[in-house]
Amino acid sequence: MKINQKIFLQLGIFIIFFGLMGILINNLTVNLARTGIGFNFSWLFKPASFALAEHPLPFTSSDSYAWALFIGWLNSLKVIVSSLILATLLGALIGFARAGKNSLLGFISAAYITIIRQTPLLLQLMFWYFVGFLGLKDNMFIQLKNIFSVSNQGIEFSGLTFSSEFLALLLGLSIFTSAFIAEVIRGGILSVSRGQWEAFRSLGLSERKGFIRIILPQALPAIIPGLTSQYLNLAKNSTLAIAVGYSDIYAINDTIINQTGRAIECFIVLLVSFLLLNLLITNTMEIFNKLILKSRKYS
Amino acid sequence: MEPIVIAKNLTKSYTKGLRALDNVSLTVDRGKVLVVMGPSGSGKSTLIRTFNGLETFDKGELNILGIRVDSSHDEKRIQKIRKRVGMVFQQFNLFPHLSILENITLAPVHVQKRRQAEADEYGMYLLSQMGIDSHAYKYPSQLSGGEQQRVAIARALALKPELLLFDEPTSALDPERINEVLDAIRKLAEQGMTMVVVTHEISFAKDVSDQVLFMDSGKVIETSHPDIFFSNAKHERSRKFLNQLDKH
Repeated sequence: MKINQKIFLQLGIFIIFFGLMGILINNLTVNLARTGIGFNFSWLFKPASFALAEHPLPFTSSDSYAWALFIGWLNSLKVIVSSLILATLLGALIGFARAGKNSLLGFISAAYITIIRQTPLLLQLMFWYFVGFLGLKDNMFIQLKNIFSVSNQGIEFSGLTFSSEFLALLLGLSIFTSAFIAEVIRGGILSVSRGQWEAFRSLGLSERKGFIRIILPQALPAIIPGLTSQYLNLAKNSTLAIAVGYSDIYAINDTIINQTGRAIECFIVLLVSFLLLNLLITNTMEIFNKLILKSRKYS
Repeated sequence: MEPIVIAKNLTKSYTKGLRALDNVSLTVDRGKVLVVMGPSGSGKSTLIRTFNGLETFDKGELNILGIRVDSSHDEKRIQKIRKRVGMVFQQFNLFPHLSILENITLAPVHVQKRRQAEADEYGMYLLSQMGIDSHAYKYPSQLSGGEQQRVAIARALALKPELLLFDEPTSALDPERINEVLDAIRKLAEQGMTMVVVTHEISFAKDVSDQVLFMDSGKVIETSHPDIFFSNAKHERSRKFLNQLDKH
């Protein structure tokens, strides 16, 4: 392509992009002016006047919207971080079983992956909430000497209580994501050549030792990028919390929009908080990836 | 004569009619070198890979260093064999994430539970024997193919094996790199190491072997002394194979 053609193309893209942006912004300002709401964030410091079922820090209805949003963010973080850990453990277990030699375990894990991956997450969340927890009797279903109890209120474990909404979301997200993580891990393991397995076996190393010392270190660089994208999906999927009534940041945003009509500001808050969270996940994984690559000084 | 390898009627079938191994029997005595030759797909790799349990078989019996293995492939026995038998592969199969010295000391430290310092010392000795001790702290990808294969031989020797298996050790090498590896194997033969070598290198086979076993379609066609095999092979099939190798 000639240089002046390139410049013309770039210019064209530039005009189209900013033209579209202009139309959207104009549309927004005209509509805001028409409804008389305006664009500002001062409402953030007014009392929220709604109650939250779940709050890791103290919260009453006289606290501000900003505080309510922060509580929502903490709730989101709580379910995302715990699902991330549970999904990784489950996914690793299923992935190893799937890649392993035991044909029964292989079949079971293949069936698990197929069923979980081919059904919508929303349905799975509903299932865990309505069938898994609300289906339990309201009098304590399982109780062990006041240490551990399971009921339709959730799980209580030596003073710690987990609501059924939180648990349904935790289980749903973890199980759904674990099926994808399992496939990522299996792919990573299969990317290591057969010769590496034969080499450690021929040296008399046990399957477990060989897997940990030879196969896994070589599989990890192939696993990390896929794992990162599954973690990002998990974080974004956590907004389905609203389906089971868990007060995550999206659900609280939704309530605030209904009360104040501040849809644009609320969505900006929402987008920015997810952007920050996912940047945090991506960067943490990037650091992890660099550490691994640093430990393999070859190639 | 103490036999190190005894194979009796080894048979392995893949699908109906196709046999990777067809009634293979052989004996290798201590200190002897058996060279296995044959066209590709004749089952020679499959055969030596059964010796350390990398390949299974359906019928017959193996006796390696007095440890008997049948078609049930008892894992504990195979594990015992692997600790006393070294193997060198066509594609080297070095561990790319470990340094050359770590490649060599892995098994002594984690299988034989030797101290790291002791394993390092013996590892360095083996590397100097192979003439590559200056590469000890490099990684496999930084070495040439011939050097990598000599590391693989040192790795196989680190467990002080009583039998060494070579599966086409020079087939993946550049022609000018073949001799450095063959010389290392010749040296081992002179030291009295018991070996089974799958190779296409005729002059090397003449030098090093006490016996040549020729295979085709999973069957042993003939087992002869190298003097006889290379000058006046008993079977028409063997002579045809050697003629074709000569033309290269």
